[in-house]
Amino acid sequence: MNTKGSISVKNLNFYYGEQHALKNVSMTVEPNKIVAMIGPSGCGKSTLIRVFNRMNDLIPSTRVEGEVLVDGKDIYDKNMDVVSLRRRVGMVFQKSTPFPKSIHDNIAYGLKIVGIKDHRIISETVEKSLRRAALWDEVKDHLNKSAMSLSGGQQQRLCIARAIAVDPEIILMDEPCSALDPIATARIEELMGTLKEEYTIVIVTHNMQQAARVSDKTAFLMHGQIIEFSKTTDFFTKPSNKITEDYITGRFG
Amino acid sequence: MKDTIHAAFERTRQRRAVWDKIMVYVLTLCAIGVLFILFNILTHLFIQGVTSLNWDFFTHLPKPVGEKGGGMANGIAGTFTLLGLAICIGVPIGLGSGVYLSEYADLKFAHLVRFMADVMNGIPSIVYGIFAYIVCVLPMKGFSALSGGFALGIMMIPMITRTSEQFVRMVPAQLREAGLALGVPKWRVTLDIVLPAALAGITTGVMVSLARVAGETAPLLFTAFGNRNWQHSLTQPIAALPLQIFSYAISPFDDWHRQAWAGAIVLILLVLMINGWAQFYVMRRNRWSSGK
Repeated sequence: MNTKGSISVKNLNFYYGEQHALKNVSMTVEPNKIVAMIGPSGCGKSTLIRVFNRMNDLIPSTRVEGEVLVDGKDIYDKNMDVVSLRRRVGMVFQKSTPFPKSIHDNIAYGLKIVGIKDHRIISETVEKSLRRAALWDEVKDHLNKSAMSLSGGQQQRLCIARAIAVDPEIILMDEPCSALDPIATARIEELMGTLKEEYTIVIVTHNMQQAARVSDKTAFLMHGQIIEFSKTTDFFTKPSNKITEDYITGRFG
Repeated sequence: MKDTIHAAFERTRQRRAVWDKIMVYVLTLCAIGVLFILFNILTHLFIQGVTSLNWDFFTHLPKPVGEKGGGMANGIAGTFTLLGLAICIGVPIGLGSGVYLSEYADLKFAHLVRFMADVMNGIPSIVYGIFAYIVCVLPMKGFSALSGGFALGIMMIPMITRTSEQFVRMVPAQLREAGLALGVPKWRVTLDIVLPAALAGITTGVMVSLARVAGETAPLLFTAFGNRNWQHSLTQPIAALPLQIFSYAISPFDDWHRQAWAGAIVLILLVLMINGWAQFYVMRRNRWSSGK
């Protein structure tokens, strides 16, 4: 089986100090698929995707038990290089986070960190990434302007371009559209459709329509547990669990 | 119940309105007081010193007692030299410790260092002078520009530590996460992303501390010592504006008094210049990043 770009979680338990945030979570994300995670606030969906690139390491007194494989390799193995893991597993955040640099340098930065010095390769990659993130036409004439001058939606696409510039296998998106208007949201969703040809995408969203529109599979989390994880078409039309049905029909949450 | 509250409200309405007016007047007076003091100092300085401010003042050495004219060119150059040396010591250590406290230190240690920095800020400047005298002047067997710069530099450290820690801490956590999520090692995130985001604040902090030490006299008495001639080496005593103002002000000669006033004007202008430049720099940077 092709494991490049796959995630496999077995009996994952996650703790913030005493708080048991994820309970016996098991799931598999196949390459080149979009998986959406939904659930009420505080259910652990953000915690879960932040496990995939070990972003939770930054929070003191957290603890992980169980097995998390990315590309078939245990990412919590003590020989795992977190920096290179994060290069393979990119992330886009809820709030767009352009660096205090120019548009060009925001994209080029990841390449420079890898050690690429060739200007031709850098400018080619910058263009390619911006094109792929559907931002090129809007910014090509002012690449040297500050990234902060872009609109919210453009900034978010810049962050996507920045993430794909270092050629990851997986892109994690933590509520990438929650601060955007419907038009900007539509552009990002459209973009995700083309991106999945090359990348695996895991998206956390509060917007159930969004999950239904973009994803291949949907996971529903509550109180740190996966209640249901199935093909998106089945998930929203014939949920197998009563709680899922109540949630997606808006009876609570 | 409702009626009694309403009645009480009506009864006290007049009194509250009067107090409200009085308080506003008092506060306004305080604000005017601040302006008045500053205005007084500046006009006094200007009236007393402006007659001695001429081209010679900026280009000539002090004249011997009894001869008219002369200037403080060596003092001006000396102050710039000392500030340069102070920057070399104060900025790297202050900035480094500020960044460490914000990005790496555990809370207890950060708290301890912050407390120490506050204590250091409160130490009278003359104590810094004596300290520099003991650790710098005595081993080097003589007063020097280096020891003067050292004294001013260590005075800057706690100020820069505090301001840079504060501004680095204000950089949003998401920005750090975004850098790390891209596969950037933490030290590069700190250097390439966090520091530039905090640069405007850090620059202001450095400039404020520079402006403060620029006028320090006491630490220089024991270290730079002063010099009536041009200094040719950093290991020799060096002239400085505050020192020259001090020695001219306590002299018995009217002409020297006027020169001291002129020196004070130049010193204040210098501080204003430093601050103005910093403001300009920060403004230009902010304008760029907001995309206008």
